[in-house]
Amino acid sequence: MSSPTITRTGSSHRIGESAPRPDGIPKARGEFAFSSDLWAERMLWGATLRSPHPSARILSIDISAALAMPGVATVLTAEDVPGLSSFGLEHADQPVLASDVVRYQGEAIALVAADHPDTARKAVAAIRVEYETMAPLSDPRIALDATPIHPEGNLVRHLVIRHGDLDVEGEVQVEGSYEIGMQDQAFLGPESGMAIPTEDGGVELMISTQWLHVDRDQVAACLDLPVDKVHLTLAGVGGAFGAREDVSMQVHLCMLALRTGRPVKMVYSREESFFGHVHRHPAQLWYRHHADRNGRIVKVECRLLFDGGAYRSSSAAVIANAACFSMGPYLVPNAHVDATVVRTNNPTCGAMRGFGAVQTCFAHEAQMDKLADALGMDRIELRLLNALEPGHELITGQVITGTAPVAEVIRTLAAHPLPPAPDSITDSRLLPGGTGRTTDYSDVKRGIGFAVGFKNLCFSEGFDDFSTARVRVDGGIATVKCACAEVGQGFVTLAQQITTEILGVERVDLAPADTSIGSAGSTSASRQTWMSGGAVHAAATAVRDTLIARVARDEGVDITVLELVDGVVRSLDGTINISIVELTTAEPVEEEIEFHHAPTDELDENGQGNAHVSFAFSAHRAVTDVDPELGLVRLVDIATSQEVGRVLNPLQLTGQLEGGTAQGIGLALMEEIIVDESRVRNPSFTDYLIPTMLDLPDLQIAAIIEEPEPGAPFGAKGVGEAPTISSTPAVVAALRNATGLALTRVPVRPEHIALSADHLDD
Amino acid sequence: MSDLVSYRLNVNGQDRTVADGRLGESLLYVLRERLGLAGAKNACEQGECGSCSVMVDDELVCSCLVLAASAEGRDIRTIESLAPEGELSYVQQAFVDAGAVQCGFCTPGLIVSVHDLLERQPDATDIEVREALSGNLCRCTGYGRILEAVRIAAAERLADGSESRA
Repeated sequence: MSSPTITRTGSSHRIGESAPRPDGIPKARGEFAFSSDLWAERMLWGATLRSPHPSARILSIDISAALAMPGVATVLTAEDVPGLSSFGLEHADQPVLASDVVRYQGEAIALVAADHPDTARKAVAAIRVEYETMAPLSDPRIALDATPIHPEGNLVRHLVIRHGDLDVEGEVQVEGSYEIGMQDQAFLGPESGMAIPTEDGGVELMISTQWLHVDRDQVAACLDLPVDKVHLTLAGVGGAFGAREDVSMQVHLCMLALRTGRPVKMVYSREESFFGHVHRHPAQLWYRHHADRNGRIVKVECRLLFDGGAYRSSSAAVIANAACFSMGPYLVPNAHVDATVVRTNNPTCGAMRGFGAVQTCFAHEAQMDKLADALGMDRIELRLLNALEPGHELITGQVITGTAPVAEVIRTLAAHPLPPAPDSITDSRLLPGGTGRTTDYSDVKRGIGFAVGFKNLCFSEGFDDFSTARVRVDGGIATVKCACAEVGQGFVTLAQQITTEILGVERVDLAPADTSIGSAGSTSASRQTWMSGGAVHAAATAVRDTLIARVARDEGVDITVLELVDGVVRSLDGTINISIVELTTAEPVEEEIEFHHAPTDELDENGQGNAHVSFAFSAHRAVTDVDPELGLVRLVDIATSQEVGRVLNPLQLTGQLEGGTAQGIGLALMEEIIVDESRVRNPSFTDYLIPTMLDLPDLQIAAIIEEPEPGAPFGAKGVGEAPTISSTPAVVAALRNATGLALTRVPVRPEHIALSADHLDD
Repeated sequence: MSDLVSYRLNVNGQDRTVADGRLGESLLYVLRERLGLAGAKNACEQGECGSCSVMVDDELVCSCLVLAASAEGRDIRTIESLAPEGELSYVQQAFVDAGAVQCGFCTPGLIVSVHDLLERQPDATDIEVREALSGNLCRCTGYGRILEAVRIAAAERLADGSESRA
């Protein structure tokens, strides 16, 4: 029997339907072109020499042996950077190529282009660099007192939030210190791309990234080229999760292409990828919660210390997020937050899904459990009692004007049935430790944990956040142009659904995402559904209005008697019926819109201000089986409730909830870049573990809560990050519940359970 | 410098010549960079993620761990062989329908693995599927929709009663 033939184009679905991805079929067939699949005639392979030392002076660099190797086209060092010698996402503090000092293990020093990847690798190995190594600054706790490792000093940002009466004390107080390890985004498609010199002296760069325009601006500055001579096109992106928000090889590739006059391709190995992008900030957190006897939170004090690593990346924004969301989704009338992110010789940290809120959620949810226990109160009841509501004031003084159904999120999840505890489990795949029969079920303790979290949507702190989209309809076929980076999240599907919803066209094509149109901003901060979705919505609406105006003019009627329904402009009395196909065959229509969200404010010296546009809330409940003697864990069940504003595509929403939850589980149980004296010890998928299919149970979705968000297109909130925030603390709370241990650090390792004496009741 | 060798590979039923290859090149590299078959993916190139999965003499392998020249004379089948141009195999169709594809980088390797699994064990239970596919990493989906795609594909395969399908 033959396989089914594809007939669907996937573009006639409206908002609220599980429209299939337009790129689903090529991806399933293996035909979708990812950035590592690029190929060109006469192309060269690029490779990067990276520092083996986390801190060293460079005394000399000798490229002669590498340059002399057959097949090597060029070798470049810092001297060859044509323009600005540094780059950076928010602030240019990282050298394109290090020349005098290296500040982290893996920092780029030299580049090679050669005829074969092996030649390029051998040439990299033939570059001789003389180093004078220095003791690395590895401990963020001493960074501010240590000798500056960068001309801009070791403090990246110190932020204080003072809210309410800081002298008030609660009758019940609980205190705790928490630590979060360094997590990697571990996208599967490694950094890769191709640069091709253009005839006008510029360069074409095809690259996997989250934000084409911010890359372009950095590349142009470093190449000393006007931005119109640097053209970027999004190449197929194999996941991102924050790791592609910073420039990695972008400038390097363009330098090699311009020097050699040939196309140059570069693909990082998995090991190099660990050194080639930023990670989630490791953090050390101290909290003291104050409550009255009834369980009302009176005050929270906390100190947050984030390790930013060698360069700034987005650290200043991450620490602001950590501080702003440090309380969790609870009403806290008085708060004192002291938040610092410092520079060290550790790997650079920046954006990862959840962006600061992941770290603080682990701590505030542990504190909420502790507080409930100290009060002798039910943990769910304590959360419900203090849950944020619309109209409540955050610790930044901002009043929630949008939706905030926190209590409903909590209630629906708490009401979801728990899995039955079996009398016995004999299949070792279902036991802690898995196959090999390491654990006997009679030794297993079961625990349940609950956690709630929230974070902002879109960019904050006064950033003028916008996206640009163009919609053209020609002969009834719509084409959407937007530079939004599709990284797997499904914007391409939503762009089609939104256009179909508004114009009723049968077919929506998507033009390539590139820099020939204005910026779409970053695919981060759960913002593209709102921002680029909003831009597409606005551009399609402008097309509709133009069509109606045209018919009104031609037919001599007022626009108010016309509407566009199911692809037909018609009058309310039924006398006019003209299809969009007919209208746009006669004269195509094109509209381009730059869509901005409502402005936000900077935080003042007390951390007060309307800094955020909107908030998303989620909760998770985890059930774990633990063998306390062996420290082995199995996640038995994970359930979630999330509020989303409005569901635009149920299937894609499910995918975001499941995928986001999985990354939070990974942080709870296994994922950490082990950094020892500023050196990464596990830069591989052999040693950096991410959850497999055997590690994760089916996600139970207890409730999807829809309360349309004012100001958001279709009322929809971004859903990408919230699931990652609350899953980590829920899993660890379940482990605490099973073991009675404090477990104040993630990821929780077997020795933390088997060898710990740190009991909760100590 | 490296010794250059020329050899032939039987890929998807076609006799292909690899001219002036380097002995150290993996099957993954040769498929992708020399034979224009980029469906097998390069996520880790150390045999941990399954993105480069192909069949060699009906055995599921990570093509990153196979020296290309050592595969001479063997029957190599890649994702590109699973369905004719413009069509989808039942597993590919199930992945699209179930929402198992997000970024898609793991997808071809997973689909090759699922075909292999359902050929060998058409009635695999959920836990058996999870174990069989635990060598294929996915970072986007959390595996929920992938498991659903396998359930759909397995059900369709059983209902169809077909012994062997494209």
